[in-house]
Order: sequence, then structure tokens, then C-alpha cells
Amino acid sequence: MTEWFSSLNVQVQDAVLVIGIATLTNVACALLGCYLVLRRMSLLGDALSHAVLPGLIVAFILAGSMNIVYMFAGALAVGLLTTFLTQAVHRQGNVPADAAIGVVFTSLFALGVILIKRYGQGVDLDPDCVLYGQIDLVEFYTVSLGGFEVPRALVSIAPVLALNVAVILLLWKELKISAFDPALATTMGINADRLFYLLMALVALTTVASFEQVGSILVIAMLIVPGATAQLLTDRLSRMMLIAAGVGVVSAVLGYVLSLAWNVSAAGPMAVVAGGCYAAAALASPRYGILSALVRNAQTSLRIVREDLLAMLYRLEELHIERRLGPREATQAVGAGVLAELGLRSLLRRGELARGERGLELTERGRRRAAELVRSHRLWEAYLVEHLGLAADHVHDPAERMEHFIDARLQEQIVADLSNAQQDPHGREIPAGP
Amino acid sequence: MIALSNTLLVMLGTSLLGAVAGIVGSFAVLRRRALVGDLLAHAALPGLCLAFLALNYRPASEGWFSPTTSGNGNWQFTAMLIGAFATGIIGVALVTLVCRYSRTKEDAAIGIVLSTFFGAGVVLSSLIQNLPTASSKAGLQTYIYGQAAGMTREDVWFIIIMAAACLLLVMLLYKEFQVFSFDPGFARAQGWPTLALDMTMMGTLALVTVVGLPTVGVVLMAAMLIIPGAAARFWTDRLGRMLVISGLIGAGAGIGGTLISAGTIESLLGFDPLAFGHNTRNLPTGPVIVLCGTTLFVISLLFAPRRGAVARMLRTLGVRRRIARENLLRSLYELSESRFPDLPEVPLKQLVDERTWSAGTVRRLVAWGNTAGLIERSAGGVRLTSAGRKRAEKQVRLHRLWELFLISGADIAPDHVDRDADSIEHFLTPEITAALEAQLGAQGYLPPASGVVPDSPHGLAATITSRPTGQEPASD
Repeated sequence: MTEWFSSLNVQVQDAVLVIGIATLTNVACALLGCYLVLRRMSLLGDALSHAVLPGLIVAFILAGSMNIVYMFAGALAVGLLTTFLTQAVHRQGNVPADAAIGVVFTSLFALGVILIKRYGQGVDLDPDCVLYGQIDLVEFYTVSLGGFEVPRALVSIAPVLALNVAVILLLWKELKISAFDPALATTMGINADRLFYLLMALVALTTVASFEQVGSILVIAMLIVPGATAQLLTDRLSRMMLIAAGVGVVSAVLGYVLSLAWNVSAAGPMAVVAGGCYAAAALASPRYGILSALVRNAQTSLRIVREDLLAMLYRLEELHIERRLGPREATQAVGAGVLAELGLRSLLRRGELARGERGLELTERGRRRAAELVRSHRLWEAYLVEHLGLAADHVHDPAERMEHFIDARLQEQIVADLSNAQQDPHGREIPAGP
Repeated sequence: MIALSNTLLVMLGTSLLGAVAGIVGSFAVLRRRALVGDLLAHAALPGLCLAFLALNYRPASEGWFSPTTSGNGNWQFTAMLIGAFATGIIGVALVTLVCRYSRTKEDAAIGIVLSTFFGAGVVLSSLIQNLPTASSKAGLQTYIYGQAAGMTREDVWFIIIMAAACLLLVMLLYKEFQVFSFDPGFARAQGWPTLALDMTMMGTLALVTVVGLPTVGVVLMAAMLIIPGAAARFWTDRLGRMLVISGLIGAGAGIGGTLISAGTIESLLGFDPLAFGHNTRNLPTGPVIVLCGTTLFVISLLFAPRRGAVARMLRTLGVRRRIARENLLRSLYELSESRFPDLPEVPLKQLVDERTWSAGTVRRLVAWGNTAGLIERSAGGVRLTSAGRKRAEKQVRLHRLWELFLISGADIAPDHVDRDADSIEHFLTPEITAALEAQLGAQGYLPPASGVVPDSPHGLAATITSRPTGQEPASD
């Protein structure tokens, strides 16, 4: 392994190291982030990533150097303190949750900045590192481990990732239930409060382990964005975790590539890539995407136009009018525009309409579809008059809207409820069912 | 302008900034959108950098970017503020859109936009740092941590103009903002343009944020917008007063922070009252301002009348004390009920057993009853006085009225009603009592004479002759 690694050239070594460490960091954050997003506590993640700053500085002062154990202890203490203070201000002080978070974390951050300015000289924790992290310099900070020179970042992030995965697997069921239904969790005897603090402790540890790599402020991107992206793509927690981890990996790889291209620190591009992943999911997710919703709406509108065309031609036949409509007239009658054109074309393509000598003619299939629709329309009219006591001249418009959404089962039920399912309130015959 | 000493200048700037941030931030706190300030402050960075790049753009033949030689600093500063304001507002608008059209909740939406915009800002600022020019780079350090001490006269003018604009807006739209903050649904129903109102409100927040950023930096700007409003909320329930108090707290934090970090307090007193083994002089002004605000917040949280934690704790304790006293009287009454009209002695130990009280609590309660003339102490125990019996009767009646009501109205078994009545008896108002009496009287559950204590609908746990419970008295 080490021989293989040494044989690579320096640039590739560098890339493997940075991408590897960033991947571990992003995955560790993304897994926890799923719970944060589900429990609507994303901003506590934001708060913790700022608030651990004073904990780190105090750990520094006490240890006199970058000691990983001290750093973790300091972060854990401040993380739990932040969580506790936020809860206390929210509950005891009756302050809204978001304001409570805001007051606590900004105050702790201010304290951290003061401590940095005062004690930060002489330790290698400069304000810049707090911002960007030092992922690009990861190979310069190494520790000896079993005779190998290992990047220090690896020593801090790998155990944290392992711990996160272990806790999630061990408490899978409990965490899941309390994320989706806290009340149910409580009734099942799961201590939601204790789980909450456990989660926050993990977030604090992960934040600190990621701190050096991506900087305090970009940890928030890795905590929230992958989970929120995954939430748009799936409804299963296990899949959500995998997708979130995937987004973390993609951000690490692409972010690194972009950082080389732009010649900037890698943390910023990674956050931008993650945001891009979210934007793509928000637009194009099959079930929850904005574009998908637009497409679905367009499809429904198209269906309604098609059905309106069929029903109109059916009524002409029913009245024994000899004249047939041409394509122009027909589309004009259902509101013209692009949708009407598309609707007519697809009807012709499906063979529900045909071009006759006199104009558009219903084919046998088209007639069946149209009869179905007119049946829905008139059944609904009859139902409104009989059961809701609407006047006969008030029922056409609602039926015009409802006819597109009445399926065979609903038709049966309406027929069962009607005293006379042969005639609509206007005295026209209701076409027979299939 | 007369020559101001530097400290005075900084103090003027920070106090004005604190005041206006407090006033505008109050609305955000009320609308549960406190963290929008955080979002605005972070989302402003890419705008700052883009504006800088746009100003310094040159044709490729001249090397793409070079520092402007013609433009003066003020104009450049203004342009950068406009850029920051623009991306801040775009960020807020994106959060609104994401919340409305996707399943992402507001907290995650804020986090996503904040981190992505900030990431983009960090990238752009690194690009600027890499430019082969040396002058006036948008220093990221300054942006993050702020540099209040470096405030110039122009900066203070900027703050004054911004504050005037924001205050004017708030005054003009006071009624609309008020209704919109407390009841957006009503505002919509009134046919007001709520989206425009929302964006105006966010616009004032963004304005304060971008002007304040150079002074206190990004995270601390968020603090200036949240802390005064959250603190002022403890002191009053009226919006007008809240805005004034919030402004005062913001200004106070600004003044205090400036004086502490400039060492003025030290030189006035001759020693440094806040030094913990170190001098407070030359601490960064922004964070010290925030910690001053935090101190004011904590004071408000603890000591504000009515809404403060201490006041609420005292209220809770008062209610608990009243409940304990009423329970003592009822226990005494029920223990001696079988011996009425005598007022027998109740052994203290039995009173302790009857309730889940410690002996100390019982002694304290008895001492109160004694001074109030409701209870007499004697060697063997305690007994009700006739005044005490009257008071206890009232309590017992309430308890049993509720029990009877539960039995008659809610169909609960007689042996299940005691605990429910325990918790409700202390809060029955005279109106409810009268209604209960009328209803129970009509149903025939009450003795015909009014004011008489009805018998308990269930067996009482203990009476005074300390028999083990559940045993029938031996018939003589």
C-alpha cells in the first residue's frame, strides 16, 4: 500500500490525499446531517460549527499545542454546552427557538474571537485557518503512527467517521423513530432528550474533526446540503443516507478539481458543488423537483385539453349536427394556444380522432373515451342536483372541472347513490358505462 | 464637522449601528426569522467580491483586472455595498422560493443558501487575492471579524444615512409591519401586498447588515440583529416600546463595547474592572460589543418583570405554595370529618402519611396556618380552628364538586376521580363553581341546602383514629 503510494507522482499523491480526507469528512458530516435535516435542526448544526471555536481555543491554551484529545474534549464540552444553553434559553426564557440559537452561538463565537486575538499568537491557529481550513496543506501536517507518517487530519477524522457509523448502526431504529415521529418515540420509551444530546455530541465531534479541513463556516454546507439533497430524492432513510454520502463524495472530488482549475483553496468549491447538487435535485428530482412538478402539471393540462376536445365532438354528434369542426375551429373552441394544438395532434396520433372530409371525426375508440367523459360529467351534475340541492343551471361549471377526475370506481358509487342514473338534470341522456 | 476624538467617532458609529440593528432586528425576532440576519451577512460576501471584480474589470489586452485608478474609494465602497445588498436579497428570496416550492424546510433552506453563497464568496475572494494587483483587496479577514476600531468619518456618515433611511421606512410602514409581524394571515386578508412588505422588511435588514459588516464582521452582525430584539421582548408586550428598548440595548452594547476595547473605562477608573489577569484594552471591538449585548440579554432574561425567569419562578413558587396550603387544609378537614362538629386533634405523623410531604414541609405549612389563625398546634398534633374549618370547607367543596361533576358528566368511576380533582380544584373560578353547583343541583347530586359540603363520593383513605386503612371500625 505505502509502496504503491510512494510510486505515484507528487501531484497525484496530493490529489489522492486531499480527496480522500475530504471524502471522509464530507461523509461523516452528511450522515449526521440527514438526522439534522429530518428533525428540522439544521441551524443547530450551523450554531455548533461556530460555537466550538472557544472550546478549541481553551483546549489549545490548556494543551499548549494542537492536541487532538484536548481538542475533541473541548469541542464536546462546548457542543453540549451550546445545546444545553439553547434549550435553556428557549424553554426557561420562553424565547423562540431560532432566536435562542442565534443569541447563544453568536455570543460563544464572539468569545472565541476574543480568545483567538488574545491567545492565538504562538499557536498555529490563525483566523484564516478557522475560515477555510487547510485541506490543501493536508500533507504537511503529519503524525507518526506505527512507523508511518500519516496526515494528522486522517487521525482525527477517521475515528470520528467510524464512531458516527457505529452509533447510527447501533441505534438505527431509535434514531429513525425519533427523527420522524418524536411523540411515538417517547411513547415507546425511547429517551428522545438523551438521543438529541447524543446526536449533538456527535455533531460537535464531527465539526471539530472537520474544522481543520474545511473551516468552521463551510462545515455547515457539509452538514446540511447533502442531507437536504437526499431528502428530495427518496423517502427511505437508508437510501437517504447513501445518497447524502454520495453527494459528499461528489463534492469532494469535483470541488478538488475546481480548486485546481481556479487555483483557490478547496473548501469553497466543495461547498459550491454541494449547493449545485442541491439545486439540481430541487429542480429535477422525479418526485419532488420543481421541474417535475411543472411537467406533471403540463401533462395534466394536456390531458384535460384532449378530453375537452373529445367531449365537444361527442356532443356535436349527439345533437345530430351534420357540420364537423376543422382543426382550427376545434382548437379555438378549447382555448386555443400551444396546449390545444398539442392536444389535437396527440389525439390524431393515438387514433382517437381522424380527419374526415367534413372535418374532424371521432373514431370508434375516441367515441368510447368521449362517452366515458360525458358520462362522468352528467353523473356529477345529477349528483350535485340530487344530493347537494344545487340548481340545475349551476352545475355545469363544477362538472366541467370534475369530469376529468372521476374514475370508474367513483362512477359506480355515484350511480349507486342516484335515483335516476339515465338522465342528467338538463334532461339529456347519460351515456351507458362500459 | 468638529474634530472628534477617534473613540468618540467609533462610539457614535457603533451605537447608532447597534440601535438601528436592534430596531430592525426586532421584527425578524418577532417573525421567527431571527437567523435571516445570519443568512444575509453570509450571502453578502459574493456580492462584495463580484462588485469589486466588476469595478476592476479591464479588457483582456490590459490584463483582465487591475485596480481602478480613476474611481475614488468612496464610490468603490458604495458599489461593493450595493453588490452585497443584491446577493443578500437574492439569498433571502431563494430561501422563500425553496420553502414554497420544495419539501425542504426553512431551517435547511437557510443553511443551504448560506453555506453555498458563502462558499462562492470564499472562492471569489481567493480569486481576488490571487490578482496581480496590490491595492484595496477585499480583505476576507476584515469581512469576517470586522474592524470597528478602524472606522473613518465616511463610515460614520454611511451609518447615519443608512440609519435615517431605515428609521424612516419603519415609521412610514409602522402599522403594516406591526400587523404583518404578528398576524401575516390577517395582513393578507386585508389585501395588503404581503410579498412586497416581506421584501421591504428584508430589505431594511439587508441594508443594516451590509453597512454594519465592515464594522463588526459577519457572525457578529447576525448577533447585533438578534440579541437586542430578543432581550427587549422580555420587558414589554407592546411593539412600540419593544422597538425603543431594543434600540437602547443595541446602542448600549455599542457604547459599552467601544469604551471597554478602547480602554476608556480603564483610564477613567484608573484600573480595569473587567480584566481577568489580562488587560481588556485593544480587544477586538466587534466581539466585545456582542458580549456586552449578551450581558444585557442575560440580565433581561433573568430579571425582567413578568417575563423574566426569576419573576416566573417566583410566580410558580407562589402558586405551588398556595396549592400546598389548600391541600393541607383539605387533608385536615377530611381527617377530622367523621368527628364534626368537634374539631379533633390530628397527629402530625398522620398528616405526613396522608400527603407525600416531608415532615419539614408539613411543619412549615402548619406554622403558616398557625399565624393565619386557621390551625392550632398542641402537644399531640394539630387541629383546625373554626375559621380554619370554614376555609377548609370551601376547598373541600371545590374538590368534591369536581369529583361529582366527573362522575355525573364524564362517567368516570368514583374511585378514579380523586387525582383529577386534586389537580383542578385549585383553579376553579367562582363562575365555574356556580355553574357546577347549578348543574349538579339540577341533577340531584348535591344536598338541597346551598353551601353545604357534600359527602365524598368515594371512601376516604384515612380518618383520624389511626387505624390501618381498609379495616372496618369495630362495632361497639
